[in-house]
Amino acid sequence: MNDMTELKSSGQEPKISRRKFLVGSAAAGGGLMLGFHLPFGIGSAAAQGAAADAEVNIWVVVKPDDTCVIRIARAEMGQGTLTGLAQLVAEELECDWKKVTTEKITAGQNLARKRAWGVMSTAGSRGIRESQDYVRRGGAAARMMLLQAAANEWSVPVGELRVANGVITHAGSGRSTSYGKVAGAAAKLAPPDPKGIQLKPVKDWKIAGKGLRRLDTADKLNGAKVYGIDLKMPGMLHATVKDCPVYGGKLVSFDESKVMGMPGVKRVMKINDSTVAVVADTWWRAKKALDALPIVWDEGPHAKVNSESIAKHLESGLTSSDAFADIDTGDAPKAIAASAKKIEAVYSVPFTSHTTMEPMNCTVKLSPDKAEIWIPTQNAEASLAALSSSSGQPLEKCEVYVMDLGGGFGRRIGNQDVVRQGVAIAKAFPGVPVKMVWSREEDQAHDFYRPIAMARMAAGVDDKGNLTGLHIRVSGQSINAFANPAAIKDGKDRRQLQGLWPTLQGDAQFGYTHANLRTEYAMRNTHLPVGPWRGVNTNQNGIFSECFMDEVAKLAGRDPLEFRRALMSERPKHLGVLNAAAEKAGWGKPLPKGVFRGIAQFMGYGSYSAAVAEVSVSPKGEVKVHRCVFALDCGNVVNPDQTAAQIEGSVAYGMTTLQSEISVANGRIVETNFHNFRVMKIAEMPKVEVILPVTGDFWGGVGEPTICVVVPAILNAIHAATGKPVRSLPLSKQGLTLV
Amino acid sequence: MAQLNINGRNYEVNVEADTPLLWAIREQVGLTGTKYGCGVAQCGACSIHLNGEVVRSCALPVSAVKPGDRITTIEGLSRDSSHPVQRAWAAIDVPQCGYCQSGQIMAAAALLARKPKPTDKDIDEAMTNICRCGTYHRIRAAVHMAAGGKIAATDAVAADQQNA
Repeated sequence: MNDMTELKSSGQEPKISRRKFLVGSAAAGGGLMLGFHLPFGIGSAAAQGAAADAEVNIWVVVKPDDTCVIRIARAEMGQGTLTGLAQLVAEELECDWKKVTTEKITAGQNLARKRAWGVMSTAGSRGIRESQDYVRRGGAAARMMLLQAAANEWSVPVGELRVANGVITHAGSGRSTSYGKVAGAAAKLAPPDPKGIQLKPVKDWKIAGKGLRRLDTADKLNGAKVYGIDLKMPGMLHATVKDCPVYGGKLVSFDESKVMGMPGVKRVMKINDSTVAVVADTWWRAKKALDALPIVWDEGPHAKVNSESIAKHLESGLTSSDAFADIDTGDAPKAIAASAKKIEAVYSVPFTSHTTMEPMNCTVKLSPDKAEIWIPTQNAEASLAALSSSSGQPLEKCEVYVMDLGGGFGRRIGNQDVVRQGVAIAKAFPGVPVKMVWSREEDQAHDFYRPIAMARMAAGVDDKGNLTGLHIRVSGQSINAFANPAAIKDGKDRRQLQGLWPTLQGDAQFGYTHANLRTEYAMRNTHLPVGPWRGVNTNQNGIFSECFMDEVAKLAGRDPLEFRRALMSERPKHLGVLNAAAEKAGWGKPLPKGVFRGIAQFMGYGSYSAAVAEVSVSPKGEVKVHRCVFALDCGNVVNPDQTAAQIEGSVAYGMTTLQSEISVANGRIVETNFHNFRVMKIAEMPKVEVILPVTGDFWGGVGEPTICVVVPAILNAIHAATGKPVRSLPLSKQGLTLV
Repeated sequence: MAQLNINGRNYEVNVEADTPLLWAIREQVGLTGTKYGCGVAQCGACSIHLNGEVVRSCALPVSAVKPGDRITTIEGLSRDSSHPVQRAWAAIDVPQCGYCQSGQIMAAAALLARKPKPTDKDIDEAMTNICRCGTYHRIRAAVHMAAGGKIAATDAVAADQQNA
């Protein structure tokens, strides 16, 4: 705590070294004294008593008091990965869970150690499933080294030692010691041969696999947690920005003379072709001046685009010849044409926004020999690269301190727009930390939206009610075309068919097989930037597949569950969750009058999901979702309580798309704040029940897989209640409202 | 210049009269537990107590705060996170990212002060704060728990037991 006193009295620049940090100091010192937040990086959790802390390996630091500090490379944005990863390390480490703390690494530290901590990117529900093996090995290796150190001290074979809760015992001699006492010696040992590391069978787990409380809750309850937006540093300046409200437009001019006299304003500056920033001594003063700033825009070529023109553009892709087929089994169009009964339907799903509760922000400090950024980012290494390229400092002179995110959902992963803006502003203030925070309006207007999509669905059934063919044509915007064109091979962007794929490659597979099946995609891009949004393309593809499946079942005169089952004999895991959800929900059993069920299954992120929703619809069109039952097979479950929390969260995130969209008028986003981008609230939240059939034979994701069944299960229940399918969102287009 | 009594302490803050109370609390007083989410009193992330009533501080200018008004922020709700709402929130791990939770907790505490045994309908009406992580399911359970009502085994716990 001396660091803070020094800073307050001297007002000097903070010296941030690996072993000298101050994390999240409470600001309420007294009077108007401001506390400063100066995080962090490895060493922060071990800052006190640093000299005696022992880094046993890159994942585990043990303190003399037996505290085990577990290092975390992935970002924490609420999804619970920090706790889950710590559980996995602790399980193999055999330490006392009550003495576990965590510390985060920085992107610069990972770079300096040749990416010893692996991938830092936290997206695609990969945080645990793609690091579980090496973090468990890290925990096991540390345990082996700690045991070896005790064996060496006692001159006994290591095989005679036992360990539980961080206490090592030798039955033969009656001796015992603890991790804290042997960690110093253990840290000097060579790491064990990786081939000799045996991971525990899942059935023997004592810490992992249990619904333990999160490790990061306490400071979310008393205001102590420091998010990126909360950072305070000596001499810090505050900035806010306005980008051209029409994408593709440019900043022509602004009249700073109108605002330079306003209190606290330091600078009004163009930071790129389309963006102006105001820098002031406080954020509120910067915001007020920006709002008052006369700005002239060149709105560019898209100033007349609106939702209607975009819809026409997508409609052209429903029948065009420029599509490619992904699954093309048999001859679906011919089989459908020859069917006793046939059905065709056009579905449409609008753009939507991430709308993280914490608006985009970062704090940048550019010194002659170092570029630093404090940022809530889902990809610290992408932020590091963007910091380097935009500041001109080589990578090794850049550092990214990852602040826990006030929501991510995919917004803070790919495009490092925030980094580039923050650096452009900070360049005007060398050596001074500048915190840039977007207004909510800026955040809504400059997202990377979930892509808009439509689908033409066609199917036929024979006179016995069996499916004769299924033909899915998706038309819509491509994320890869905007963000990663290299991923499009031979003009075929298979990513937009996520969840409709024939094989498991890319970790999602279509749940149905049939002799006549065709899936196609026609790319129809717009001027809006798009990006991954929790669940990405499984969201719209899940709606297309699952809502239409109910329409076809109805045409066939069959029960939607039974109709699906008949197409799933080659997909036992998909079928497994479908049956589990149906059974838990009591499918087929009587419901209260006016309540109807809908069912859906779909796959994403290596996991299998199914849901049953119970819904009633009033004569006035008020839709009440009473209960949702989920089955998620993600193979192994590290923390069932947090897995349930993610599923609960996916319900709310998904249900908001029932009542809100991102629409376009005159080239710009219409929904600029929560008054017209209506986010679902507690009153609309249904009861959520979760079952997690643990099959244990694979590692699937958790954060995203269930969202793709939330909306179709509810829409199918509405269809059952009203007799009318819901083919376009939001519900207001059908005269329905969520209550 | 505005006089503010926050968490039992008096502050003189040198701001323009139209500065929202939220920004005076965050930037002049330095208490950052109260969050900015929308600036238009829609999301509730900025919820504080003004004389015991929950208020959205992002849309309240400091000039509207009268001498003698008592402001409580999340930092002042209890000394040691011991308020029943904070304890219930911890017991069932309500927060995910946590960003909106200061506001949620302040709204829940004000509700319970007014209605010690709220019904689900009371909760629906009073708890209009936005959470994008979707912690609503647990917020409802935790409000009931804080009210001292019996809390049914949550589905999360059921899932836990199933996997135990």
